[in-house]
Amino acid sequence: MTNISVTVDGVRYDDDVEPRTLLVQYLRERLGKVGTVVGCDTSNCGACTVLLDGRGVKSCSLLAAQSDGHVVTTVEGLVPTGEDGALHPVQRAFHEQHALQCGFCTPGMMMAACDLLADNPDPSDEEIREGLEGNLCRCTGYQNIVRAVSAAAAELRSARGAAPSTPEGVASA
Amino acid sequence: MSVVEEHRPEVGNARLRKEDAHLVTGQTNWTDNITPPGTLHIAILRSPMAHARITDIDLGPARDRPGVVAVFSGRDVADEQGTLPCAWPVTEDMVHPDHPALAVDEVRFAGEAVAVVVARDTASAVDALEAIEVDYDPLPVVLDMEAAVADGSPLVHADKGTNSSFTWVFDSAEAGTGGSVDEALGDAEVTVSRRFLQQRLIPSFMEPRSVVVDPTGGQFTMWSATQIPHILRLMLALTTNTPEHKLRVVAPDVGGGFGGKLQVTPEEVITLVAAKRLHKPVKYTETRSDSLLTAHHGRDQIQQLDLAARRDGTITGLKVRLLANMGAYLGLVTPGVPLLGAFMFNAIYKMPAYRFECTGVFTNTAWTDAYRGAGRPEATFAIERMMDELAAELGMDPMEVRRRNWIAHEEFPFTTVAGLTYDSGNYEAATDKAMELFGYDALRREQAERRERGDPVQLGLGISTYTEMCGLAPSRVLGSLSYGAGGWETASLHMLPSGKVEVVTGSSAHGQGHETAWSQIVADQLGVPFEDVEVLHGDTRVSAKGMDTYGSRSLTVGGTAVIAACGKVIDKARKVAAHMLECAEDDLEFADGSFRVKGSPGSEKSIQEIALATFAAHDLPDGVEASLDSDATFDPENFSFPHGTHLCATEVDTETGMVKIRSYVSVDDVGHVVNPLIVDGQVHGGLAQGIGQALFENAVYDSDGNLLTGTFVDYTVPSPADLPAFTTARTETPATTNPLGVKGVGEAGTIASTPAVVNAVVDALRPMGVNDVPMPCSPHRVWQAIQDANGGASS
Ligand code: FES
Ligand code: FES
Repeated sequence: MTNISVTVDGVRYDDDVEPRTLLVQYLRERLGKVGTVVGCDTSNCGACTVLLDGRGVKSCSLLAAQSDGHVVTTVEGLVPTGEDGALHPVQRAFHEQHALQCGFCTPGMMMAACDLLADNPDPSDEEIREGLEGNLCRCTGYQNIVRAVSAAAAELRSARGAAPSTPEGVASA
Repeated sequence: MSVVEEHRPEVGNARLRKEDAHLVTGQTNWTDNITPPGTLHIAILRSPMAHARITDIDLGPARDRPGVVAVFSGRDVADEQGTLPCAWPVTEDMVHPDHPALAVDEVRFAGEAVAVVVARDTASAVDALEAIEVDYDPLPVVLDMEAAVADGSPLVHADKGTNSSFTWVFDSAEAGTGGSVDEALGDAEVTVSRRFLQQRLIPSFMEPRSVVVDPTGGQFTMWSATQIPHILRLMLALTTNTPEHKLRVVAPDVGGGFGGKLQVTPEEVITLVAAKRLHKPVKYTETRSDSLLTAHHGRDQIQQLDLAARRDGTITGLKVRLLANMGAYLGLVTPGVPLLGAFMFNAIYKMPAYRFECTGVFTNTAWTDAYRGAGRPEATFAIERMMDELAAELGMDPMEVRRRNWIAHEEFPFTTVAGLTYDSGNYEAATDKAMELFGYDALRREQAERRERGDPVQLGLGISTYTEMCGLAPSRVLGSLSYGAGGWETASLHMLPSGKVEVVTGSSAHGQGHETAWSQIVADQLGVPFEDVEVLHGDTRVSAKGMDTYGSRSLTVGGTAVIAACGKVIDKARKVAAHMLECAEDDLEFADGSFRVKGSPGSEKSIQEIALATFAAHDLPDGVEASLDSDATFDPENFSFPHGTHLCATEVDTETGMVKIRSYVSVDDVGHVVNPLIVDGQVHGGLAQGIGQALFENAVYDSDGNLLTGTFVDYTVPSPADLPAFTTARTETPATTNPLGVKGVGEAGTIASTPAVVNAVVDALRPMGVNDVPMPCSPHRVWQAIQDANGGASS
């Protein structure tokens, strides 16, 4: 067992974990953060993507122990708790652009989009497609996902300068 | 026509989906999120061999591993597990081998379940698999369909004496729907013959399958990532000897299906059997590798087509011979899948003679079954490729050949040579719109220029003028095809005392947006706010009956049942309103959610007031029961026939074989549209899967029968960077067979797009002597096709 201290969606946890426990297993099975999902066993689908200190990582390819001392944000923490019904601009854009059907890829896709927009606040459609290459969706054909990321980028750009409404570790622009 | 039907503020609106709120915030209820207290976890040992006798299994050492609660093999549960169902015996003498969830004496494909460990946690269960010792005695393997039906082939099921499951024939001369195809071929001015391979695909829903069974309280509750909770419940009751009324099946949030979750799976049976034996909740969630290996595959046909035509391009006959790979066993509708294509090879074209013959073949591979389109993509691919080949043979423009043969707008309703009656369609309108959006003539000019200057990057234009039959299905038609069940759908409506509305549908959504679309329909029918409607589905305790979601049926059949249920509520409410307003029922009109006395403004009762009055029941008219509810079923009289024109421009690098889709235009006619946002989404996703078949996806076995494409590294589901932006548009020719005038849309994009892309690839290379490129048209295959054509030219 390894002791870890990790902040997930704004809450600090001190836990003993088995060395082989994956971050995604820790999130789902220990913390009940079941909004983050597992779509493959070869780090190809991106369904498990979360932010580690604000950067996108596939939580199935990281050990829980490696998150020790870091800040993890999952889809459940995109909006600070207490803001009931509030949506992050990326969540809102996915809803408004119909960028999800079954919704299974959606948490990972949105977290990957946050990562992409942190690097490139004004991506072209081409850049969005390349930036999300590690995330698979079987339902949407990606057309509306590209539109949603583009719309979210525009909203985040225009909101820049205003007080940040995102929790620690979440890229807002 | 009543006022209600004319007043349609919701239907047609691009309403944002109700489903999204929980999906974008991670407040989801996937099956794998469900773990009742005390749940035990399953790991499954799978056969490493494609064909072998199991001579011995030693489970003992696994039982001693930490955390292990139980270990069993097929022999231990042979009686309890029954045999997995096939609900579609397509011929009376169909060879239908037993299909055990856990192999008993023999394994017949690599990945078949052999033994099960149940443990306190998944890791312990997986660890203990290593301790199980299985002795296999290898048997000869047959993978190729033509080899399997040749004399002397090794047999997948030795006791059956054949690898052929059935041969099913439709002949227009015998059916009286047309003439003799052999005569047509004999008399033809031109014949075109081609052999196409429909490669094997894997549905690849993003949510791996998962199942939980809780036996607590004398009732078995199964949560499963399934498309078909109702069919699953019935089939499990019939095959595992579980009383149907003691079994509740719930499909919670389900992450895509595409036909891949239209199945009764070994894992569902195994989990149920384990829960029964151990009296504890039991859970199994597959890995992606397990999923690719064992969740049923799709397509996999060898198609031989012979087309007869006159020199002016008029088709005079079509003969189709298929070998369809069943895999090692028959799944729920495996044999029926190629037959759904039998009625679609003639497509939108008038043909005087047609013959279809299909043999279902067993091989030592994972079994096949429905995958988005199921039989119709295969048929559409073949005929649309043939139309291009006929055009090339005649030196005509491929669109012109199609125009000369398609059913003209004024000829509907039209009974085809395959015996179906297409109620409606307007191929001219869809084609004109698509040609304009695409810029067909300009692209043809650019193509000529590139050819002229010998550009290494050639331009190809691909056409697919498709139709398909969906909205499964008229029960009597399914009966005539020997399908085991009907094709109706149910809906129940509950007006709650507070005026809110609950709608229960027998269809079972897994991404399609039923909650939104059904709410739009009910809002219009009852004149209630969209927000006041709650749509319930996917739980046999809430909706006892239903036929679930597949075959693009939910809206045309299930949506129509919802309308019927609304109609019954309105009929009852009218009686109560007349009583409350002291008038005759005929004096009332219903609009915007209220009954009004005609010619007497001010006297009205809203449907919500009536709901409350029927709940209180203090003063109901004689013979009217308390409460305002209804049940309805709808059985369609015909399929629905969406159609459209898809055009694809590809740039093909003749030096590297790289194919780039430059533009893709799809104009689809799905009749009236309830929610354009959802319809566009269905088309986009359908296109992605059809393009996936054309360019990227291929499930491949090695010569021993091991799946080589067992991860997403090798089975290449298209990524965002692989796909182009699509231009989508619609024409609206309403279906005449349902009150909404709607047609199915779930499969159309997949059915239409594959041939459009491959036609474009072949068109780019045709001057080089290429007249086919096998799918998927990878750079290597394209390059190889060019080399082969060059070799052919020089020899
Ligand atoms: S679960 Fe597929 S990449 Fe992590
Ligand atoms: S929405 Fe279903 S996989 Fe992306």
